[in-house]
Amino acid sequence: MSIAMRDAFGKHLVKLGETHPELVVLDADVSSSTKSGLFGKAFPERFFNVGVAEGNLAGMAAGLATCGYHPVINAFAIFLALKSTDQIRNDICYNNLPVIIAGAYGGLSDSFDGASHQAIEDIAIMRALPNMEVIVPSDARQAELALEYALTRNNPVYIRLNRNAMPDIDTDRDSFFQAKAVKCVEGTDVTIAANGITASMACEAAEILKKDGINAEVFSVPFVKPLDTASLFESVAKTGALVTVEEHLLAGGFASAIAEEAFKAQVRCKVDNIAIEDIFGETGPYIPLLAKYGLSGENIANRVKALLTSKEK
Amino acid sequence: MSDKLQKLLSDKNRKMNAEELAFLAASFRETMFSVLHERGTGHWGGASSAAELVTALYFNRLNIKTDDPNWEDRDRFILSKGHASVNLYTILSNRGFFPAEDIHQFRVLGSYLQGHPAMLKIPGVDMSTGALGHGISVGLGMAEAAKLSGKNYCTYVLTGEGCLNEGSSWEALMCAAKYKTKNLVLLIDYNKVQLDGTEDQIMPLHPLKEKLESFGWLVNDEAYNGNCTKDILKSFDWLDSNDVWPKAIIYDTTKGANVSFSEGKNTWHGAVIDDEHYEIGIKELKEDTAKKEALV
Repeated sequence: MSIAMRDAFGKHLVKLGETHPELVVLDADVSSSTKSGLFGKAFPERFFNVGVAEGNLAGMAAGLATCGYHPVINAFAIFLALKSTDQIRNDICYNNLPVIIAGAYGGLSDSFDGASHQAIEDIAIMRALPNMEVIVPSDARQAELALEYALTRNNPVYIRLNRNAMPDIDTDRDSFFQAKAVKCVEGTDVTIAANGITASMACEAAEILKKDGINAEVFSVPFVKPLDTASLFESVAKTGALVTVEEHLLAGGFASAIAEEAFKAQVRCKVDNIAIEDIFGETGPYIPLLAKYGLSGENIANRVKALLTSKEK
Repeated sequence: MSDKLQKLLSDKNRKMNAEELAFLAASFRETMFSVLHERGTGHWGGASSAAELVTALYFNRLNIKTDDPNWEDRDRFILSKGHASVNLYTILSNRGFFPAEDIHQFRVLGSYLQGHPAMLKIPGVDMSTGALGHGISVGLGMAEAAKLSGKNYCTYVLTGEGCLNEGSSWEALMCAAKYKTKNLVLLIDYNKVQLDGTEDQIMPLHPLKEKLESFGWLVNDEAYNGNCTKDILKSFDWLDSNDVWPKAIIYDTTKGANVSFSEGKNTWHGAVIDDEHYEIGIKELKEDTAKKEALV
């Protein structure tokens, strides 16, 4: 367990700000929470706090991006996904502008604030936008890599950040920059594709399954778009079973992205998708809250076992 | 094209005077009306209302290079009321950004002249617009970029009432006042008629000047008629008269201007111009052009 993703992201913004004069940061009155305020302290002239006004936040970033700047807009993921969508679509994506949309407090991670603040539909919204890339880091290092990667891109990139510290995944920089899935555990019986912070849970599930003689192959898949189907489908060809895990609604998220490609590629295998069903979140401590909605190592292991013992239809 | 018009357009980079601008605008308005009739799609009311304003910007005010549309130091113009696209395209093409005859490809499938301005497809378009209420934010970003990079270009944003109905515009107005954003100019084509009815029927904006001032903008005291090029040039002088930022200019304009049946009528916001109305309208517009040509 390293530092919280938001702390890592905030510090990395400052570090990259030193070597990237084109980097500007905009925040919507949550810079002490998202930690973009660190950048504001270091580079006050390149930092804009626009107040609680996410629409203007995104539009202003688009204007800056047309003039050679590479803006990062930082606000709560849910409000970026819902209140700035029009500007993100029409000003940023339609014009294919290099704006980094950093959605803080992604998923259920703003756990005590409850459903109004929990972003569980942001991935569906962001990945539907042409020109947009969508990254959901698993830990602090992937969050840093995502920022570095996004700065090399000339198109919009959505990075969904988590509020808390999550267990580390060993991620190789080069393969991350090729948008590759990270193979965390090698196995032969089932493929577990885990998006974002669920990667560490999937690794935990693999440990549990091992005791039952099931060898799971686990991938941390930070990139929802572009999606590394090659690695996943190659694994599935070997295992014959796929379980996807995401901290998002089932509708339109990570599992949907895989399903769209799997249909086209005529991939045949047993499948289960662990995601938040058609329901809003609620208040509570983060880890038990995740578990209540099915996101725990134990539940992933149970669902894998159920899938492997189910009969082919 | 008359000899006089040809002569004027052969020297596009010269700053035109009020009479020349009035003649150009009248002539461009004819083109807009004809293209909308020919294509059977597009928005006449707001295009006509802003004919003089956009003409004056491109033929008197903006520091631009038509052979280098993305020149870093150019002045920026955002048509936040993007539905007036036929206005912008007519003027951009006559200014020399793309061939004038291409205007007949307006809204044709496969053409680059999209329904609403699209910056990646159309030379001279600084920002894609169409969704109302975005222009001021984008302009604010461009103007802040100028500040950051030490450039002197100006950013002009043209809105109608529709843009100012949108809450995001007021977010941007607040923010520009916070940063006292230099060289950011909001131009309001205030024709007081929206799509569904008059401003009073749909969403009263008045007292608009007081609203803008209370949001921290410097607003013109003198009334300007946005369909009168003399007034527009006076408003440009006012822009140059002090260094207080950001600035807004409210122009009184007439929706569907210079065609009797469409003036001040919300029903001509985006209605198709049929043959019968075209015959009436084009006659009036040609007369108007002739009158203004005589003064050049």
